[in-house]
Amino acid sequence: MFFLADFNVIRPDFGLLFWTSLIFILFWLLIGKFAFKPIAQALRKRENDIQGALDEAKAAREEMANLKAENEKILVAAREERASILKEAKEAKNQMISEAKESAKSEANKILNSAKAEIENQKKQALSDIKNQVGIMALDIAEKVIKKDLKSDSNQQSFVESLVNDIKMN
Amino acid sequence: MGKKFILIKLVIVALFFGSSLTAQQHNHDHSGHHHDHSSHDHSGHHHDHSGHDHSGHDHSGHDHSGHDHSGHDHAAHDHGSHGHHGPVCGVAHDDTFDAGKTAFHHISDANVYSIGPLQIPLPCFLYAPGTGWDVFMSSKLKFDKIGHGDGGKAYNRYVLDGGSIRRVKDASFPMGDVSISGFVHQDDGYFVCHNNKLYETEAKSTADGGLFGGGITSFYDFSLTKNVTSMLIVTFLLSWLFLSIARRYKERDGMAPKGAQSFMETMFVFIQDEVAKPFLGAQYMKFLPFLMAIFFFILGLNLFGQIPFFGGSNVTGNLGVTMVLGILAFLVTNFSGNKHYWEHILWMPGVPAWVKTILTPVEILGIFIKPLTLMLRLFANITAGHMVIIIFVSLIFIFGDLGNNMGAGYGTAVASTLLTLFMMAIELLVAFIQAFAFCILTASYISAAVEESHEPH
Repeated sequence: MFFLADFNVIRPDFGLLFWTSLIFILFWLLIGKFAFKPIAQALRKRENDIQGALDEAKAAREEMANLKAENEKILVAAREERASILKEAKEAKNQMISEAKESAKSEANKILNSAKAEIENQKKQALSDIKNQVGIMALDIAEKVIKKDLKSDSNQQSFVESLVNDIKMN
Repeated sequence: MGKKFILIKLVIVALFFGSSLTAQQHNHDHSGHHHDHSSHDHSGHHHDHSGHDHSGHDHSGHDHSGHDHSGHDHAAHDHGSHGHHGPVCGVAHDDTFDAGKTAFHHISDANVYSIGPLQIPLPCFLYAPGTGWDVFMSSKLKFDKIGHGDGGKAYNRYVLDGGSIRRVKDASFPMGDVSISGFVHQDDGYFVCHNNKLYETEAKSTADGGLFGGGITSFYDFSLTKNVTSMLIVTFLLSWLFLSIARRYKERDGMAPKGAQSFMETMFVFIQDEVAKPFLGAQYMKFLPFLMAIFFFILGLNLFGQIPFFGGSNVTGNLGVTMVLGILAFLVTNFSGNKHYWEHILWMPGVPAWVKTILTPVEILGIFIKPLTLMLRLFANITAGHMVIIIFVSLIFIFGDLGNNMGAGYGTAVASTLLTLFMMAIELLVAFIQAFAFCILTASYISAAVEESHEPH
């Protein structure tokens, strides 16, 4: 038993019980209120913040994906529209060209025809001119011949005139 | 996270205890203290008087320098020479070294604070029914500042024997300041020398009612002892640390943790996420301050007690301290107990009536056994650890034959330094494990008390 007399750590002492209770309870209540709880709350808040940020990022990513899909759709639609517009334009162009060709052709024909008519008129006029000229010339020639040979025989003059008219027929 | 998860955790924890306990058995440790004996070893006491009374020359000083590790166990053997007339002031003692007593001395509480061989006085608050309160610094008892805390004076029958306040039993001993000439420790009691006469002193103040050999003392020591001082230092450090960290969280809101904040956060989050949340679920916030206080209080004191040459305080290795923690765990558990908890203890549903008559007493015993095991586990682990380290250091003096066999002394010194180093490493682990064990078991007891629904058994 004496050996244990010095082993006084197994013998609780009122003083130590009192001080331990006091110190520990103060530590528990004060530090619990002013440190442990605020720290735990800060940690919880941070956890929520991080979770919130992650969720937000996920939502943003999803939105981005949606947006991208939509853009894709719009792009496809735009491409289709462009193709159709191009097609229409091409058709319009071809039509315009063919129309232009058509009108040019008809215009050309018209011009050709009027040119032909003009030429015909001119030719006719020229022929009649030539006929008159030739008549006068032939008359002159005949006058000269007749003056020389026939002297103003009116029968003969009418005869020549009929001859000249015959020429005009040709 | 149901029961299964908790069970797995408990098994892991149980394995931990097992291993830590076995480890302790062969090793325990503790450092902190060796310094003590190296420097003084209690030889002091009787030597002092030995000289002074009879031979006339008082060389109280000389012993320390001379036989440091000798003494200490005073007396006990004088009977040979001095026969049977009981203890005598100033008898010569044989120089034996008692490692057990050295260890006991160093793990016990004291009214002086030791830093290396330096003894620092502490305030004493003493109450004795009849005489009332006595408040003074322990330096009033004129103890040796470099040495062992043996007082050279008595005050109102209080003396300082080996750093601890004791009271002279004999009411005829003069009150007020009285010069004393030494202490004698014998099998039949501890004595103080005054006017060449021996007076028996009471045991250190205890509340054990004589159960563990403490006896009932006529005075109560409410002093700020070495343990209380260590507790105050640790609690102030922890408070400062956590308050500044809490402020950091507020200042750095929305920012990543930094420095001490992130260092402590790992431990804080560990206890929060591995102990509080799994066991207590949605109610964890309510019990978090208690669990954190338990964990960091025990951890801080465990680690503080391991600092060599600085008090070497064995706070969590003192049954009084662990008792308070155990009682608080008991109170918190049972005051939070809901209807379901008490129903299971007092009248377990779903079992036959005759089984209930057996089960109920067992369950009621369980309420008390749980905190009791908490108290004993922590106490035993830490005390054992401290003692083993002291014993390892003591080996040097045993094998060195107290300076008579220097070769063996040096040899043992090398071996025991290595062993002590190893033990201290283990103790570092034990400091964490025991704090964690106390905390997680408390959490599991609370969780049993607040659990709402129950799974089918």
